Amino acid sequence: MTLDTGSKILRTVPREKAFYFFTSIGNYTGTSASSLKEFMEKTNEVNVKSLEFHLSRGDFEKWMAEVLQDTELAGEIRRLQKLNLTGNSLRDQLNFTVSRRFKRLTSQPGASRF
Amino acid sequence: MFLDATDLEILRALQKDCRETYGAIGKRLGIAHSTVYDRIRKMEQQKVIQNYTATIDVEKIGMRNITSIMTVYADPKEIERVAEKLAALPEVLEVYTSLSEELLVIAKVSAASQENLHEFIANSVAPLPGVSRIRTSIITKKFKETQFSITNASERLHL
Repeated sequence: MTLDTGSKILRTVPREKAFYFFTSIGNYTGTSASSLKEFMEKTNEVNVKSLEFHLSRGDFEKWMAEVLQDTELAGEIRRLQKLNLTGNSLRDQLNFTVSRRFKRLTSQPGASRF
Repeated sequence: MFLDATDLEILRALQKDCRETYGAIGKRLGIAHSTVYDRIRKMEQQKVIQNYTATIDVEKIGMRNITSIMTVYADPKEIERVAEKLAALPEVLEVYTSLSEELLVIAKVSAASQENLHEFIANSVAPLPGVSRIRTSIITKKFKETQFSITNASERLHL
């Protein structure tokens, strides 16, 4: 992975491309994330029902792949979906997966600004 | 615009059937069809009569459709702008602002499916500046839908 790719994944996206956390169809929690860092932070605080809703629909992997353009993380999240986790087990595992990816990306030389 | 009892009778007739002829209305009210025409024309010019529409049963024409009531909680400074932005979107059928415990925007939204509804709200409503939360109720059965009718509200008319 090049530094450019890492920077692209770690960038802040415009508000229309942000991830908006819902708990069910049409019910927006008021929490959104515009970057991988923010996503990692918000998954710790948002209602766990929202994590279950989006994981079951494949929304996380879609956003990772299509907006952040991180196909590697999208693949890891897809594997997580198959574990059928719920509640805080899901929150912990999702946060672990995203944090690990974030640390890998930010530990690259020149990526410290993120 | 001041409306007299004859104008109101004409409006009642049009609300019941806007295709009824001037002659038929005039005959029932005991006035000339030209009088009916003149009064209707005046009420159209004054925007008392805003339009003549057809009410369509979307199920009978085989169109997939779900309707929902969306409540948008927003920053009070942005509430008018949120309502205006929603009003400009074709998926939104009606938009209102309301003050209960909080200032809200309430909108009636139409979509082809639940997935389309979700995509619309996630992509076009949640990102609007000032939106802090959204609650959406999908309508499962309609018991009544009508417009304000002067026939049923004559006690509210001051003549």
